[in-house]
Amino acid sequence: MKRKHSYRILLGLAASLAASACGKAPEAPAGTGEAKTISAKTMADALHAVMSADRTVYTRLIVNRLQNEEKIIKASEHWKEDKALVLPAQMFRFGAEMVAEKNMPFSYSLQSLWPINKQNAPKTEVEKAGLQFVADNKGENYYAEEELGGQKYFTAVYPDMAVAPACVTCHNEHKDTPKTDFKLGDVMGGVVIRIPI
Amino acid sequence: MRSRTTRWVAAWLLLSAAAATGLAWILLDDRPLAARAWFTPGPMTHGHHQIELACGSCHTSPFGGGAVLQDACVDCHGAQLKRADDSHPKSKFTDPRNADLIALLDARECVACHVEHRPEITHPMGLSLPPDYCVTCHRDIGEERPTHAGLGFDTCASSGCHNFHDNRALYEDFLLKHAQAPWLLPAAKLPARDFAARWRSTHAAAPALQPDHPGDPQIVRDWLETAHADAGVQCSDCHAPQAQAWRDQPDHESCRSCHAVQVDGFLAGKHGMRLAAGLAPMTPAQARLPMHREAAHRELSCTSCHGAHRFDTQYAAVDACLGCHADTHSLAFKDSKHFALWQQEQAGALPAGSGVSCASCHLPRVVDDTGGAESVRVEHNQNDTLRPPEAMIRPTCLHCHGLGFAIDAMADPQLRANNFQGRPTTHIESIDMALTNLEADRVRRRARPAE
Repeated sequence: MKRKHSYRILLGLAASLAASACGKAPEAPAGTGEAKTISAKTMADALHAVMSADRTVYTRLIVNRLQNEEKIIKASEHWKEDKALVLPAQMFRFGAEMVAEKNMPFSYSLQSLWPINKQNAPKTEVEKAGLQFVADNKGENYYAEEELGGQKYFTAVYPDMAVAPACVTCHNEHKDTPKTDFKLGDVMGGVVIRIPI
Repeated sequence: MRSRTTRWVAAWLLLSAAAATGLAWILLDDRPLAARAWFTPGPMTHGHHQIELACGSCHTSPFGGGAVLQDACVDCHGAQLKRADDSHPKSKFTDPRNADLIALLDARECVACHVEHRPEITHPMGLSLPPDYCVTCHRDIGEERPTHAGLGFDTCASSGCHNFHDNRALYEDFLLKHAQAPWLLPAAKLPARDFAARWRSTHAAAPALQPDHPGDPQIVRDWLETAHADAGVQCSDCHAPQAQAWRDQPDHESCRSCHAVQVDGFLAGKHGMRLAAGLAPMTPAQARLPMHREAAHRELSCTSCHGAHRFDTQYAAVDACLGCHADTHSLAFKDSKHFALWQQEQAGALPAGSGVSCASCHLPRVVDDTGGAESVRVEHNQNDTLRPPEAMIRPTCLHCHGLGFAIDAMADPQLRANNFQGRPTTHIESIDMALTNLEADRVRRRARPAE
């Protein structure tokens, strides 16, 4: 269910969004007065590349290393009270909320067919189909268009994998989990990116 | 004939212009403040009535529409919501996947639930929606949580259950963590204030033995007994800070130079919000709560509670409050066990922090953790934890009481009114439900075949 999209977006915007994960956005190079464009799919893929990389780095090099390997500090859902690390899923969600406050022309969320918080279960038809698709077709993404609240969106769903033992143990042992047999490398859910078109 | 018509039109235009100028002057100039009441479309809520005539506090621009009002809400309440880990931030409603819910309840702006100037539709907490509004998005909660099946949606926000914004003492894991706590904790005590010790650790000033300004001998004696003199704070530090001209009655801005956090708290609460809005100080005469008649015209400032020169925190913690407040809860305080403990502490029969004053609950001692070092400050915004009642549980009650008891006590209106004389007569089932849910998970896991 892959479609071709011709939505034109300023390349500079996408580049600055992608680079913003590293701090200050770079200025446009001199002599690039003419705006170039990219497709919504390319923009979504670029955004996801940054999200996925940051998410994997945080999970492996911060949470899994410090909690499970070196046993220096724990990660906790109640990180403030427990003086602990933020869970990888919370790290992702807090970032999504911060982006939402900036009124950027995209939004993203982490969802699952087996959510601990039921608010993160797929809701729209595209979300349901997309999460099922990435769970059934390991390594593949799902792209579609949908209309929500009178606005058309390009929606991309990317598989979210168990990249470290901490992902598996936390989800399997959580009292609200509907699934207790996740294994390293499993698709545990999906990142949903929406771009208005 | 034409010239007569022209004269009438000219006169009409002149009169209209004069009327418009007069009305604009009333709106934009501070002097005819009372006349602004002509423009208010209706009385404001208990939270804003003090600044009703400071229209510009919320309507910061005449042509901004909803966005201007939203900015004004966030300007005053945004930081508080962040601290409370707001359970329903704006981002939850701007997410396109919730567009169907937005069509039913557009909570992207505060005024969706908190309309002002409409007392006829306003409930406690300034809510202007029907109290069962949770049903809009959580209609299926009974399926997700069997313990919630059949509960009325007008009970969601019952004390000890849920709060739309602040659930710091009400989330499930917190309930479970404190499920077995006794009604009174073995180490029931408030954390000790440490402002003076922290100040001394960063300021090397020697104690002041002589005032740097001649004054009334009693005032000098009062000052010499305070932590101010002990810390080397001189008359001029408050009355003429930074070489300014001498002022007989310094305001809160003088206090700010050392007590900035406390002053900010004072200005954010009902004691100081008029000053923050550029209005004359609050007086008990303007309050909607019952106040003592003789206190009606006292103006609220730092020194109205702390008393200039003596700065007696014991007076500020009880007698200053009871000098103005005359509601049932306040009048019952001196008959309460809390006050008996306070008296025993003052008499030296109990260790510091064992007694409970008005300030113990309403100006809670907040433990901050910055850079790995804990510090204790007194939150001077007494409204920060006042409503809804359960907002007080975590910062205040849990210093001494178990969570289950505290939830039940704060949910009992009679107990709140008589200042907690007796035991709760209500029981909130939130901890029971959390335990039921935990047990259901254990049963599910036991029933599952070994992997």
